[in-house]
Amino acid sequence: MNRIQQLFSEKKDTILSIYMTAGYPNLHDTATVIQELQKAGVDMIEIGLPYSDPLADGKTIQDSSTVALQNGITIEGVFNQLRSIRKTVSIPLLCMGYINPIYQFGFESFCKSCKEIGIDGVIIPDLPLWEYEEKYKTLFESYDISVIFLIAPQTPQERVLQIDKASNGFIYMVSSAATTGSKMDIDNEQIAYFARISNMNLKTPRLIGFGISNNATYKKASEYADGVIIGSAFIQAIQKSDNLSDTIQSFITSIRTGK
Amino acid sequence: MKYTVNNKGYYGNFGGAFIPEMLYPNIKELENNYIQIIESESFQKEYRDLLKNYVGRPSALYKATRLSEKYNTNIYLKREDLNHTGAHKINNCIGQVLIAQRLQKTKIIAETGAGQHGVATATVCALMGLECIVFMGKIDVERQQPNVKRMEMLGAKVVSVESGSKTLKDATNEAFRYWISNPDSFYIIGSVVGAHPYPDMVARLQAIISEEIQWQLQETIGRNYPDYIIACIGGGSNAAGAYYHFLDNERVTLISVEAAGLGVDSGKSAATTVLGNTGILHASKTLVMQTKDGQIIEPYSISAGLDYPGVGPLHAHLYETGRARVQNASDEEALRAAFLLTKLEGIIPALESSHALAALEKNNFLPNDIVVVNLSGRGDKDMETYIKYKDSF
Repeated sequence: MNRIQQLFSEKKDTILSIYMTAGYPNLHDTATVIQELQKAGVDMIEIGLPYSDPLADGKTIQDSSTVALQNGITIEGVFNQLRSIRKTVSIPLLCMGYINPIYQFGFESFCKSCKEIGIDGVIIPDLPLWEYEEKYKTLFESYDISVIFLIAPQTPQERVLQIDKASNGFIYMVSSAATTGSKMDIDNEQIAYFARISNMNLKTPRLIGFGISNNATYKKASEYADGVIIGSAFIQAIQKSDNLSDTIQSFITSIRTGK
Repeated sequence: MKYTVNNKGYYGNFGGAFIPEMLYPNIKELENNYIQIIESESFQKEYRDLLKNYVGRPSALYKATRLSEKYNTNIYLKREDLNHTGAHKINNCIGQVLIAQRLQKTKIIAETGAGQHGVATATVCALMGLECIVFMGKIDVERQQPNVKRMEMLGAKVVSVESGSKTLKDATNEAFRYWISNPDSFYIIGSVVGAHPYPDMVARLQAIISEEIQWQLQETIGRNYPDYIIACIGGGSNAAGAYYHFLDNERVTLISVEAAGLGVDSGKSAATTVLGNTGILHASKTLVMQTKDGQIIEPYSISAGLDYPGVGPLHAHLYETGRARVQNASDEEALRAAFLLTKLEGIIPALESSHALAALEKNNFLPNDIVVVNLSGRGDKDMETYIKYKDSF
């Protein structure tokens, strides 16, 4: 059982996972942001690996990726920054990145580095299910790295079941037909979708992401899933921070409590 | 059929559909229906009627006598420049809009670089009474104002894309993002790029070019294939169309010409097969210009239509298998070829097509050879560039 599976088996109230862009706001902030997020009480962290052409991301994460790339971040650089992260951080860590930079790094080397550092899972939004099953499943499994798949409101039921079967960490439920950071509140149509998936009694736990940005949406979404993922709202909170520790603490508090 | 797409959406090692899950239903719907629609009688009737009476097909296969004399061979120009809207792009747009209608889609989106595909898309949307949004990089919006105005006059909304490098690749990203957020829209991709089934669908819709070359040559020279076909490649849709019916006829040598820009080693180039390696761009595994860390490099060419950091997966496969000879032409060589054609034949070619013409200088043809150059578009849109260089050639 890796740390992701352990988290979901042990924790019963709302799981909060935060997406952060590696190398942002400054090149060497990666480890600091991770440590501060753990200190603030988040349950899991998705470390975004910046890409020049992030198809599924809205403006906030695109811009943070551009800044991080200008700062000089690379996958190798992220791994070097995280070599000793497990000395201070015990919560599950995932990498979230597009397939091309990982493909260039090499899937085998990527898995090996993740394992050495203590990365428990990966989210590759443009790695389709069948490519994964045909070419990469054995590899990721041999390193005990969970590969997280997305589902969206328009994902057909039989495909949701297929994804449930292929998953061994959690399912990333995209809250609406949108890119990241697009919506501010949750409407009835989304709630119908959350409830529909919830009623399917899937074996895999679910986190809801895309458009979760404050305490209200955090609470609403967590009624229908094991927890939520917040990305763009977090990036916006830290982009002009002059004290990461305080900013992160107060952001997480506001999400959890509304205060 | 060695060079057609397999049931997984691959041409050899290239292709596939590397899409976020949000687009899966759209891509699947298209994949499940496109061949059946294209092969249906009602589609073929409407498509061919529009190509004939609206686009003005068949486009002429013109024996360029003076150019042939200069190179001491037999050069035929496939006159895609004579099509309505000035290039081959309209063949694909007509086909895709008819597919969109059969899938009950009423809103069309498209990306465009120089504006040629955007204009062709806006044109067919006006023709069919469909809503049209065209994504165009901010830099291209600024440097291609006449095409922006044409699209707007045709009723399209042009969205200026401010992300990334603000050119074609970012316009494509933004069109994908819009599609994710608006899954009821239909994305008309302008080249043989993107997720499967787009490369195959676009190639089939451009295959009218090679179909006509076959019967036109049969009528003119009594043989239905040439010795050479030369076409430029950015994404590669005009080349895919000109090659399509000849892919398995190994007697036909295919010459693909990439844009070398200021020279392949200058750092200002778009010669993807020389400078790129295997990667995933716009949902397709293909040859991509990128850094060693897998970040996409912004290419350069004087021709906006060839200024793309990848090639369609079919072309990556034709290159890897050696089926196509891939060459390149610099800005200067393309300009020289454009002025030569204008002087000898009274035809002002598009800058893209001028790259194909430049290959005539780089290959030795026999006096009996039949050489078809796909003249993919006309030069009206490039007059500003041609005026700038008119005294240099």
